[in-house]
Amino acid sequence: MLNGGNLLDVPYAQKMAESQKEISISDFFAKNRQILGFDNPSKAMLVSVKEAVDNSLDACEEAGILPVITVKVQKADDRDKFKVTVRDNGPGIVKHQIPNVFGRLLYGSRFHAIRQSRGQQGIGISSVVLYSQLTTGKTTSVISKIGEDYPCIRMEIQINTKTNRPQIISSEVILWDQSHGTEFSCEIEGRYQKNKKQTVYEYLRSTAIVNPHVDIHFEDPDGEKFHFQKVVDKMPESAKESKPHPHGTELGVLKNMLQYTEAKKITSFLTNEFTRISPRGAHDIIEKAGIKDSVIPKKMTLENIQTMYSVLQDMKFMSPPTDCLSPIGDRLIRKGLRKEIDSKFAYTVTREPKVFRGTPFQVEAGIVYGGELPPGETVQILRFANRVPLLYQQGGCVMTHAIERINWRPYGLEQRGGKGIPAGPAVILVHIASTNVPFTSESKEAVADVDEIIDECTRALMDCGRRIRSHINKKKKLKKVSEKYTLIKEILPEIASKSSGILDRPQLPLDEVITKIMNVHVIDSGIHFHEVGEGDEKQLLTEVTIRVQNYTQKEKKFKMAVKVPNTLIQGVYPEKYIIKQGVIEWDVGPLLPARSLHLGFTLVGLDKDEYEEVEVYYSKLTGEVIGADPM
Amino acid sequence: MTQIEVTKGNKIAKDRLWNIAGMIYDQMKEGHIPYLEVSSRTKNNIVLSKHHKVWKYGDDMVTRSAKDLGGATSILRSLYTIEFIGDMIRSGKSSTLREMYYISEGWGKAKFPTQDESNRLAEDLEIITTSLREDFKLRPEEDGARVIGDLTLMEKNRKGEIKKINCKDDVGDSGYGIPYNVEEEKVKFKSINAKLIIAIETGGMFDRLVENGFDESHKALLVHLKGQPARSTRRFIKRLHGFSKLPVVLFTDGDPWSYRIYASVAYGAIKTAHISEYLATPSAQYLGITPSDIVNYDLPSDGLSDNDINALKSELTDPRFTSDRWKEEIKLQLKLKKKSEQQALAKYGLDFVTDTYLPEKLSEMSII
Repeated sequence: MLNGGNLLDVPYAQKMAESQKEISISDFFAKNRQILGFDNPSKAMLVSVKEAVDNSLDACEEAGILPVITVKVQKADDRDKFKVTVRDNGPGIVKHQIPNVFGRLLYGSRFHAIRQSRGQQGIGISSVVLYSQLTTGKTTSVISKIGEDYPCIRMEIQINTKTNRPQIISSEVILWDQSHGTEFSCEIEGRYQKNKKQTVYEYLRSTAIVNPHVDIHFEDPDGEKFHFQKVVDKMPESAKESKPHPHGTELGVLKNMLQYTEAKKITSFLTNEFTRISPRGAHDIIEKAGIKDSVIPKKMTLENIQTMYSVLQDMKFMSPPTDCLSPIGDRLIRKGLRKEIDSKFAYTVTREPKVFRGTPFQVEAGIVYGGELPPGETVQILRFANRVPLLYQQGGCVMTHAIERINWRPYGLEQRGGKGIPAGPAVILVHIASTNVPFTSESKEAVADVDEIIDECTRALMDCGRRIRSHINKKKKLKKVSEKYTLIKEILPEIASKSSGILDRPQLPLDEVITKIMNVHVIDSGIHFHEVGEGDEKQLLTEVTIRVQNYTQKEKKFKMAVKVPNTLIQGVYPEKYIIKQGVIEWDVGPLLPARSLHLGFTLVGLDKDEYEEVEVYYSKLTGEVIGADPM
Repeated sequence: MTQIEVTKGNKIAKDRLWNIAGMIYDQMKEGHIPYLEVSSRTKNNIVLSKHHKVWKYGDDMVTRSAKDLGGATSILRSLYTIEFIGDMIRSGKSSTLREMYYISEGWGKAKFPTQDESNRLAEDLEIITTSLREDFKLRPEEDGARVIGDLTLMEKNRKGEIKKINCKDDVGDSGYGIPYNVEEEKVKFKSINAKLIIAIETGGMFDRLVENGFDESHKALLVHLKGQPARSTRRFIKRLHGFSKLPVVLFTDGDPWSYRIYASVAYGAIKTAHISEYLATPSAQYLGITPSDIVNYDLPSDGLSDNDINALKSELTDPRFTSDRWKEEIKLQLKLKKKSEQQALAKYGLDFVTDTYLPEKLSEMSII
């Protein structure tokens, strides 16, 4: 973890300040607050917390600090009014930028960068300031400290809605108990709801699920305290910035880019400001658009811009690079889900990045099943875009649509008519990461039905479905096996002793009857994690054992295989095995009827819970097999 | 010390039960998964026995195999039950079905979950051995029903004494109580002075006929069925009919459940089809209340419930109700959507049933 004192010698905020540019706006938003999600008091409450938390998380991550966020919602003196306070341990904001960041709509560094981030546009936090001001008339307080040796600033600000200029009401230097960070607090008209789906609590819990590196403290208006603990100490890999792809650029954005570019020629504008446009490609473009290269980009006519825009749309370019995405990763999602939801089984998948209209995106999905989850109810859907939970407009979202169009019944969930949201003891999670998530509206509550995205979501969810099915089948089969164990271990011996007792005849041997009754191969496995050694010598060992029992009447020879993660493998037994492409394969047998044998290996260097389910496969084994799938 | 009486029936039953244990033992000895076969006890597996004129089980068999937990448990229960019956025969004790259910508490995994299960197992053993459960020393806890009329019989009581009883003069208003065992060794008929036997579903109507003196005025022997009649009641009627050759009529409520009471007396019940020839009286006739009576006598009625309607529809496919008369009556009732109780006849006064309804119906049936 970073420590503000040493690493923030040159405060990060100063670097950020360089990229915080001004964007022209109108007071449009003051009159259209529902567009920003302030439709009703309870939603306004949620949005206010969300914008502030998203900002904090983005700032922390950009500066490489593991976020610790404290959220407090308190009742204010007036009825229906609440004080919202969000504090982070982020890089802070330099004094002269505080009014701009919080007091100007559409102001921020992120508007120009093509990179996956939570906010994506600088509308967020300033709209909360504006909402606070419009509903309570109060000023917003911002406390910020950018490093150990810098003063802590406390500022009261407001927005002049006519000029979109921040007004500083007061500014003072205060003492603060943190070496760096920001605290935002404002008073808003709102409603706080407990025990409801769309609440601050639910939003924070969901945030904790997909951000397992974040530590969140929350205090609700009743003074009840919650702590969503982080489960990993590693920052998510920071997404690289990337230039826009010509196909992912709207006309308006193109105009803006032309305004702000430092390029003197159109071709250099095209090659410098976009990704995937080569100098040759740039020449082709201006030739097709009939524009002279000597035209100064800032002075291009609207007509020329439009022509160039349509040429850009029609031409073929390489897909944009996808390393600007930062997926959460299936393992971390699983950890997050496991931490917040009590369940028996969890499976998560991260798809490869894909592209729609020149915009890279990546889909991740997860499903948890069983445990304390209610069996008869519609499954809960957790939707996320760029690690931000989406709590409203579930019905209008591509992620929901993908879930609805899958027939979940073959996967073991109930679903009326094979369509719609399934029911069962499960929670389904979908995360879309993209440099430009195509939301259906400005309030960013639902993602639009883009073909490429719905396809990716469907694939990821079907993968989850297949896992659920095999989990349920395994469970069913194991139940059958445990019934058969009761049968052969308790009932059958008693049938034998009763009948011989009644008839006064000798006891019978039962081996043959038992193998006939079972007539199955049972494969079960165990995972045992332990640490050996101290300090640098410490080793994390995951021991895996597999037992194969032959309850048939024939001697068997067959192959078994186990998928293994990419890590050091040692102590594989028995001897006849090969390891290739992440799979250990054994030649097993001969295994006599009513006998069992053991296979095993040790994985080195994996964390506890990193390897949770042994996937066993078999081939050349005829008859029923329980506990493994055919290769 | 008293001599333990082991009847011939007991001995045969025990031998046959021991054969079951032997079968299971031998199956396992040969390395087979043990199993038991029992007739399927559903409406689809009863056929009319030409010889006895009653409905018996057909050829469909159900196999209880130790392949699965349920089948294995059922086989183990059978063995426990066989052992228990053997002990009773040896010690000269008997037990009620309910007592056997409670005794199974000590049978570990073979314990019966409900008394229905233990009753059914006793019936299964009857089917396999073709013995009667009385031979197994198992008896029902319910007492048989009551009889009033000029019938003289000899009953051997619990002390082994033979008592002569006239069911008109030697009994109180509640009549002669039918014991659970009505076989020859227990009950012997001496003489009967009557023209017909009327079996009545409800106690209220039985008492009405007794109070109105119908037994004497019409020389009728009245038998109270107490709802779905116990085996001993049906056996009693069957033996009495064989002894006296008198016509038997059933007087019940006018609903699908009462028709089943009639069918069990006349043709045999699905549950006990393995012993229909012991229990059923094929010449027994149904007197009423019929759906036509509801119309003809304009009787007060209730609407049919969904259960009633389903039961009527099921009777339309029941092989025991295939006669044209039954089909017409059942279809009429489904159309009327009504049912009436016996006591609905009281609409026309307390004497209506004895003065008008029964004489009219009986002469219609050419019985008087």
